[in-house]
Amino acid sequence: MSPDSTFGPDLVEVFGPSQSDGGPELVQLLTPEGERVHHPEFDMDFSAEQLRGFYRDMVLTRRIDTEATALQRHGELGIWAQLLGQEAAQIGAGRALRTQDHVFPTYREHGVAWCKGVDPLKLLGLFRGVDHGAWDPEENHFGLYTIVIGAQTLHATGYAMGMQRDGVVGTGDPERDAAVIAHFGDGASSQGDVNEAFIFAASYNAPVVFFCQNNQWAISEPIERQTRIPLYQRALGFGFPGVRVDGNDVLATYAVTQAALQRARDGQGPTFVEAYTYRMGAHTTTDDPTRYRLSDDVESWKLKDPIARVEVYLRRNGLVDDAFIAGVKDEADDLGARLREGCKAMPDPQPLDMFDHVYAEMTDELAAQRDGFAAYLESFEGADR
Amino acid sequence: MSTQKVTLAKSLNMGLRRAMEDDPKVLLMGEDVGKLGGVFRITDGLQKDFGEDRVIDSPLAESGIVGTAVGMALRGYRPVVEIQFDGFVYPAYDQIVCQVAKMSYRSKGRSRMPMVIRIPYGGGIGAVEHHSESPEAQFAHTPGLKVVTCSNPVDGYWMIQQAIACDDPVIFLEPKRQYHADKADLDTTATPAPLFTSRVVRRGTDVTLLAYGPMVKTAMKAAEAAATEGRSLEVIDLRTLSPLDMAPVLESVRRTGRAVVAHEAHVNLGLGAELSARITEQCFYSLEAPVLRVGGFDTPYPASRIEEDFLPDLDRVLDAVDRSMEF
Repeated sequence: MSPDSTFGPDLVEVFGPSQSDGGPELVQLLTPEGERVHHPEFDMDFSAEQLRGFYRDMVLTRRIDTEATALQRHGELGIWAQLLGQEAAQIGAGRALRTQDHVFPTYREHGVAWCKGVDPLKLLGLFRGVDHGAWDPEENHFGLYTIVIGAQTLHATGYAMGMQRDGVVGTGDPERDAAVIAHFGDGASSQGDVNEAFIFAASYNAPVVFFCQNNQWAISEPIERQTRIPLYQRALGFGFPGVRVDGNDVLATYAVTQAALQRARDGQGPTFVEAYTYRMGAHTTTDDPTRYRLSDDVESWKLKDPIARVEVYLRRNGLVDDAFIAGVKDEADDLGARLREGCKAMPDPQPLDMFDHVYAEMTDELAAQRDGFAAYLESFEGADR
Repeated sequence: MSTQKVTLAKSLNMGLRRAMEDDPKVLLMGEDVGKLGGVFRITDGLQKDFGEDRVIDSPLAESGIVGTAVGMALRGYRPVVEIQFDGFVYPAYDQIVCQVAKMSYRSKGRSRMPMVIRIPYGGGIGAVEHHSESPEAQFAHTPGLKVVTCSNPVDGYWMIQQAIACDDPVIFLEPKRQYHADKADLDTTATPAPLFTSRVVRRGTDVTLLAYGPMVKTAMKAAEAAATEGRSLEVIDLRTLSPLDMAPVLESVRRTGRAVVAHEAHVNLGLGAELSARITEQCFYSLEAPVLRVGGFDTPYPASRIEEDFLPDLDRVLDAVDRSMEF
């Protein structure tokens, strides 16, 4: 099927030809070869400290991911949602956040969680099956992982509307003004909730950044199944700006997200950021991408690795030495060891725990069910509960 | 004097107003709830008095309404959302059952959902399709939600305020055909019964009649008619559908030995099925007859010209009473 050019403008004329490399609109500040390039709108200066920080964050985030994947293979986790290849998109977005900015993640935002100070061990609890992801969403301004695709974009919009009512938008006080970032993927962009979130956010000018990591795949379905135009161009139809950024470029992702967040904090409303990236691993540890995609594609994206280009840039410009790189690696090894030990030591919940927190105020009928089950458990010979 | 004669529509409006006066975190949101005051005028005048930030006209998207209300609740607000008609709640079903209902559980109690989802429900108003449904069982079946329904203006005033004050999400079902039907004396200085309690509204000795929402009026008329034939029916207004308040029900059935449940919703797996099971489990040796159910038939809601045949009326309730007595 091709666009019907006899009715209205040709889609190719309006939006340009489809671009597998991200197209000419892709905002990039650091090329895959580690060359620093400039952009008329989103350029910014980065200190050596910042760049080293990005590098460290990405290496540690990748270690969380590979460690968790290994823990799944060893039977310690039931499943793991991998982020391999998306480190720059997540660290760039995560480091652009201020303390008071609030994150609504999918189940893959391990790098953003890292930036927000959530202990990665807590992320493992959900995938191990000991809880549903029970960190405190307000403690780090990092919401709970949301499994139903796209549902959290509405929560983000409502939270942002709450911020408007709290008077923390557009005051000009950098300590006070806040924004929300809603993470989702290319697959989620087809969901009704995401489109409704766009409409509500636009209608109320809510301080929310819609941050879409377009990793090209929704399990086995390619981006072409979700959209016929570049995703970022959809924003225009909802009445707010959309930007496509190289999601494997941590500098560009940081710069674009930071600008979008500042627009939101200033009271100028929502922005759509499409971080153009690639899911190097499987959808989750239960998936087998060799059934639906070509290894050539994966190989070509390996050349765009988000960490390698930063390391090249840092080394070429004398901003790091071998000792620094080795130090980060040691830190990653320590983190990996801590995750391995911590995961295995995580206690299982007790059967009666399942009755807790269903309600703020437990109902008598649920209490009776719990008590009945407790008595049943105790009725077994040798029961020690 | 603080007593006045009001309809259910008016008492709900007064209750919402008082809740908004008492707590600045209470927000209303829904389709047409602002300038228009809602299609049933339940929010009439509230936007004028509390402003557009607190009485929010929403885009026409039910999932959007409930989903954004989740975000507002996470931010510390107490959103009260209006679903315009019962049959329009389903686009929001995922947000209600997967998000609203589970947020406290998922977060180990860290994130509460003090939200009220108001739904005008039930038939009898001659409406087109999707405007006359009784979806209560869908929500009562969902752990994490609480489901209540008022049957009269006095309960409407108090129950809406109690639901808003509740830290759990409450599905608040309003019998739409009662909105403007009757007036009752409302004393706004009275002390209401707790929200999650049922109430015996007529004492009797022969059969216990269980009803809620729009069916309470029918049940009361049935009891009056039965009295002229020498039968004494006890009528209980359940008020709370999840959790159920079984104590007054069980106490009553142990005395009468017979129970009939009446609701507009489909009989199959409706509230009547759960009530019947619990009564049987807990009053087995007191029962003189099986618990009987009267409800909407297991068809889609029919065209309105025959809706009175679908809805249980006085005669069908009394028919069930007869069958119970003759068993």
